[in-house]
Amino acid sequence: MTDSKYFTTTKKGEIFELKAELNSDKKEKKKEAVKKVIASMTVGKDVSALFPDVVNCMQTDNLELKKLVYLYLMNYAKSQPDMAIMAVNTFVKDCEDPNPLIRALAVRTMGCIRVDKITEYLCEPLRKCLKDEDPYVRKTAAVCVAKLHDINAQLVEDQGFLDTLKDLISDSNPMVVANAVAALSEIAESHPNSNLLDLNPQTINKLLTALNECTEWGQIFILDCLANYTPRDDRESQSICERVTPRLSHANSAVVLSAVKVLMKFMEMLPKDLDYYGTLLKKLAPPLVTLLSAEPELQYVALRNINLIVQRRPEILKHEMKVFFVKYNDPIYVKLEKLDIMIRLASQANIAQVLAELKEYATEVDVDFVRKAVRAIGRCAIKVEQSAERCVSTLLDLIQTKVNYVVQEAIVVIKDIFRKYPNKYESVIATLCENLDSLDEPEARAAMIWIVGEYAERIDNADELLESFLEGFHDESTQVQLQLLTAIVKLFLKKPTETQELVQQVLSLATQDSDNPDLRDRGYIYWRLLSTDPVAAKEVVLAEKPLISEETDLIEPTLLEELICHIGTLASVYHKPPSAFVEGSRGVQHKRLPGSAGSGESVESPDPGAAATETPPAVIPSQGDLLGDLLNLDLTPTTTTGPPPPTTSGMQMGAMDLLSGGLDSLLGGDIGGNPAMGAAFGAAPATMPASFNAPGSGGLDDLFDLGGGVGMPMGALNPPKAVWLPAMKAKGLEISGVFVRRAGVIQMEMTLTNKAMSVMTDFAIQFNRNSFGLAPAGPLQILTPLSPNQSIEPLNNLQVAVKNNIDVFYFSCQYPISMLFVEDGKMERQVFLATWKDIPNDNESQFQIKDCHLNSDAASNKLQSSNIFTIAKRTVEGQDMLYQSMKLTNGIWVLAELRVQAGNPNYTVSSVALAIGPIINQNGFENGFTNQAL
Amino acid sequence: MIGGLFIYNHKGEVLISRVYRDDIGRNAVDAFRVNVIHARQQVRSPVTNIARTSFLHVKRSNIWLAAATKQNVNATMVFEFLYKMCDVMAAYFGKISEENVKNNFVLIYELLDEILDFGYPQNSETGALKTFITQQGIKSQASYLISKNQPNVVYCGTHGFLFVFLWSCFVLQHHTKEEQSQITSQVTGQIGWRREGIKYRRNELFLDVLESVNLLMSPQGQVLSAHVSGRVVMKSYLSGMPECKFGMNDKIVIDKQGKGGGSEDVAKSGKQSIAIDDCTFHQCVRLSKFDTERSISFIPPDGDYELMRYRTTKDIILPFRVIPLVREVGRTRLEVKVVIKSNFKSSLLAQKIEVRIPTPLTTSGVQLICMKGKAKYKASENAIVWKVKRMAGMKESQISAEIELLPTNDKKKWARPPISMNFEVPFAPSGLKVRYLKVFEPKLNYSDHDVIKWVRYIGRSGIYETRC
Repeated sequence: MTDSKYFTTTKKGEIFELKAELNSDKKEKKKEAVKKVIASMTVGKDVSALFPDVVNCMQTDNLELKKLVYLYLMNYAKSQPDMAIMAVNTFVKDCEDPNPLIRALAVRTMGCIRVDKITEYLCEPLRKCLKDEDPYVRKTAAVCVAKLHDINAQLVEDQGFLDTLKDLISDSNPMVVANAVAALSEIAESHPNSNLLDLNPQTINKLLTALNECTEWGQIFILDCLANYTPRDDRESQSICERVTPRLSHANSAVVLSAVKVLMKFMEMLPKDLDYYGTLLKKLAPPLVTLLSAEPELQYVALRNINLIVQRRPEILKHEMKVFFVKYNDPIYVKLEKLDIMIRLASQANIAQVLAELKEYATEVDVDFVRKAVRAIGRCAIKVEQSAERCVSTLLDLIQTKVNYVVQEAIVVIKDIFRKYPNKYESVIATLCENLDSLDEPEARAAMIWIVGEYAERIDNADELLESFLEGFHDESTQVQLQLLTAIVKLFLKKPTETQELVQQVLSLATQDSDNPDLRDRGYIYWRLLSTDPVAAKEVVLAEKPLISEETDLIEPTLLEELICHIGTLASVYHKPPSAFVEGSRGVQHKRLPGSAGSGESVESPDPGAAATETPPAVIPSQGDLLGDLLNLDLTPTTTTGPPPPTTSGMQMGAMDLLSGGLDSLLGGDIGGNPAMGAAFGAAPATMPASFNAPGSGGLDDLFDLGGGVGMPMGALNPPKAVWLPAMKAKGLEISGVFVRRAGVIQMEMTLTNKAMSVMTDFAIQFNRNSFGLAPAGPLQILTPLSPNQSIEPLNNLQVAVKNNIDVFYFSCQYPISMLFVEDGKMERQVFLATWKDIPNDNESQFQIKDCHLNSDAASNKLQSSNIFTIAKRTVEGQDMLYQSMKLTNGIWVLAELRVQAGNPNYTVSSVALAIGPIINQNGFENGFTNQAL
Repeated sequence: MIGGLFIYNHKGEVLISRVYRDDIGRNAVDAFRVNVIHARQQVRSPVTNIARTSFLHVKRSNIWLAAATKQNVNATMVFEFLYKMCDVMAAYFGKISEENVKNNFVLIYELLDEILDFGYPQNSETGALKTFITQQGIKSQASYLISKNQPNVVYCGTHGFLFVFLWSCFVLQHHTKEEQSQITSQVTGQIGWRREGIKYRRNELFLDVLESVNLLMSPQGQVLSAHVSGRVVMKSYLSGMPECKFGMNDKIVIDKQGKGGGSEDVAKSGKQSIAIDDCTFHQCVRLSKFDTERSISFIPPDGDYELMRYRTTKDIILPFRVIPLVREVGRTRLEVKVVIKSNFKSSLLAQKIEVRIPTPLTTSGVQLICMKGKAKYKASENAIVWKVKRMAGMKESQISAEIELLPTNDKKKWARPPISMNFEVPFAPSGLKVRYLKVFEPKLNYSDHDVIKWVRYIGRSGIYETRC
């Protein structure tokens, strides 16, 4: 008798029959019935109506039957939560069973039943199982914590399971360690800042020991966890690498790739002149090659990863070209990936071999593969200049085959070759023109039209050719239409006499008959240009084009760095950061390589400019933390820290509002007041050219300090810059900056770093309308174009838009409110008193500043230098009360009362603002302190 | 981690569906069927993202195994797991076919519950699993009545399966307390692949060195590329928990020993040692020991397993040399002469030799003369296939063919694809030699000498081509 018969029952009234069988007295019949139920469940039939009957079978000695019932429960408990409770008792009982396998089974299954009421009962058994004497039960319980966390995170925290889980990392059994690590890693992922997996040298040591002893899967969990650790120095990094390298010989590809991930990451910290660094590089190549003899699916994953590794460290596999040659029976996905890597590894030394192979591939059957092979030939031409001629002749041979898609693909790449080597291969244009009629894909048509337009003067019948395209103008895709428009305008500028009619025709087609806004706009622009100033039109349309770069479709460096941290995972297969395909909070943290080498630095040449790009890591310290740190720096920490009094929540709300610009409406008409920032901008450009010539980053800093020093005689404060616009979001442009107030002027200092491949130019800046009417006093002046990996220092900003030749980028940044206090903020005593009384109590708010170990006089002095003026002081019951005033740039007065109690590091501030609601924020005050703290 | 695991037949009907995570719903099962199994196109990637759910799949004959997830999982691990899962199923019930999967669906669910917990792979060594998942697999072929994979089998006789004790389906509760804790400690222990208390009347070891030799040679006899990928496959029937040590003529080891030993020894063994480019090991091998001392020591699993894989590219013994001679006589005739020379000891015999000589698409007729074996022109394959059953070392043999061509006005020349060859030889083309395989069992009293060891070398052709 076999079980396959269970799949075939399709009778009507089946449920009834099953119900009868489930309640049968005979054990065998019962078991048969449960099997039928499971089979129906598998194929997607709804058998939830049998819930009570199946659950009744749970109390049994037969383990096989028990497992089947559990399987049913896991599937349907959610739909019948009330009935599911019936099962709880059995679970609880099973958790006490003398047989460890049954204890584990019970705790494992219970964790899979996602019903709140059951979860409550799970806690006690789970706690016991986590401390069970049997490792099998402990390892199951460890995973169960992760399950419970998925259902009810709060409960796990409240019950203290996380601590127990952390203890399991020191368990004597390697498998328990591995599962605990896996569970903790997953929980930590949904709490990015929790520091749950508190990795320190001791735990790392434990993990490395367990690594040698646990199963292949456990090794993967541990290695993946290790990859998140950042060693303190190169020595630690090296010792971990040494203990991880033996894993490269494991038969399991996942162990190998995870080990590669750890090594790739930790290698960043090793000095390049170290012997060990070279040894490590050599050790990495063979295992990567061996991965290519695994099953095709694994090969595919390996190849996607090798693609990343080759981009980051081309030296590892540069001699291994041959292993990436395509085999006849490789699946198509492996073939395509191999092709990609071949091009990346192509160099002058191996180009002959590569070309011979590519030519072979271009005659294969699979259309995608052939296309990619043809394109690869073109890319070789662009990459290895010496081979360009041979590549072009190979492409011409392929065009002769007249295979439609081969021809089209060849034309697309030839266009790029023309752009890379202008005035060299134009002799082939005639051959290309012969194939004009066979082109039916937009990309190829557009490429051909581009060629015709670009070389119109050398093609006698260019006007006829373009005219023939024009006939079906409205049926073409936008790409072709745009290209056609441009090409005809080019043609007109080159041969104005014969083509006037043609250009008028295309302009009217583009502007009057098309509803595509891009096309229309481009049409109008050309029209205006041609009608007002033909000379200027010529300069614009026929301008010399910049050469295209050698490597195309390289992954952007910051993304590449992140993907290297995700080697082996889906992110590395998709070549996308996890946030692009994972929902919710998981995996949203951006991982980065550790940076002794600096993030933006290219691998081979550590140029001096690289140091300058060493901007703070992606972690943007929140304003609060930063300020807290600075305060501690200044003030000697005392042991007497009083209990922190509760902060009034009302105040925090106010502070939030102010920063988010919600005050716009409150402030109304006052926005017009534009604080003078002119001086800052006036000074900034003066220092800039000099700093560009400065050899290294040190020079830049010095110069900058100088500039700052002049502006601010009382000791320049240089608060650290925060990253405002990460390079990932802005096509390679990274902006970090800070606000300072110097000599009565608000300055925004920005560091722009170019982490992209191409040069950036044409910078401009603009601010959104904001509460205090900040606006740039001068245009953004960046004199030199920003070449890759270069960064510029000084510049002085909220919502900001920065534009360059690539795109417009938007970001927002906070500015400390203390910037906005003006120097003439001292109010007359009488006026103060009167105003204080006049202001309704609603306008008042209170908050506390913690851990400030200054006496009232010192505090008052410090605040004064931030333009917060003390008007009066009085002492009541050992408390000093300071009455203070300040004025904002938009003319609003703010009055405050600061209570300082000797010995209590916490200050209480009550503040009122004139005529408007409760403002002034903690931030302002704290800033006042901090500004002076340094 | 893995959110759900599904098994489908070739039509896309679900045979097994096990969901581990809440984020994978029933619709995921259908999404994969519609978008991948029923897709018109051939599979373009083993990883598919459908509506933010990633599906990683492998195919065994007609059966699709797919893992679904919504997280950024370790993709390599998932694929390794799917393969492991196939191995485990195969060990329980043989070939993975629709019939076998349906017959064993209860067993598969039980296995899935054990080897994948909340999507985390757990110990999946069959040796260990069989100690507590004791359901017998149901096999479709009647000839497999007796399962060699039964846990309670006593092997006797030379090759294994003469005498078999079967304890009928053994339900867990009947294990004694010691047995239970032994099971759990094995499943979670350092040696998860072997259980304790295995006993054989006769301790035997079978070691196969299986190599595939790959070659691309120019018409002039110049080696363009050559490599050997080899595997060491073992069958061990040993009692207790034996500690094994495997030694081969690895250049690094021999050189190291040479320094300590006599100079004569160096000269002698230096020649015979081979340089291994890279090797990977079964999880039973202590990798850190290999890394530091380059010695291969392990406690073997019981039964069949692959101990290591390796790759070599230097000093490969090429068992055959193919010498092609192609002459175009006019536009309608080709004369082809191919000589094969065997290049190994004359006492050895190569088997299953096959030479495949491609012919142009315009071939109209072929006349063949060969001294040995049989040759045939296969029009459907556009090739002459020449088969020789056996051939001793240091011999040569030749075939000549006259090919008539249809006259065409196609200017394109014939691309002349390479001549390929298949064969099997009784030695290792890499030159690998097993130097020793020592067995120590400290607790039971049998010594290394009592173990009967069998070693076999087989070299096969991989892609073995000569351009003409």
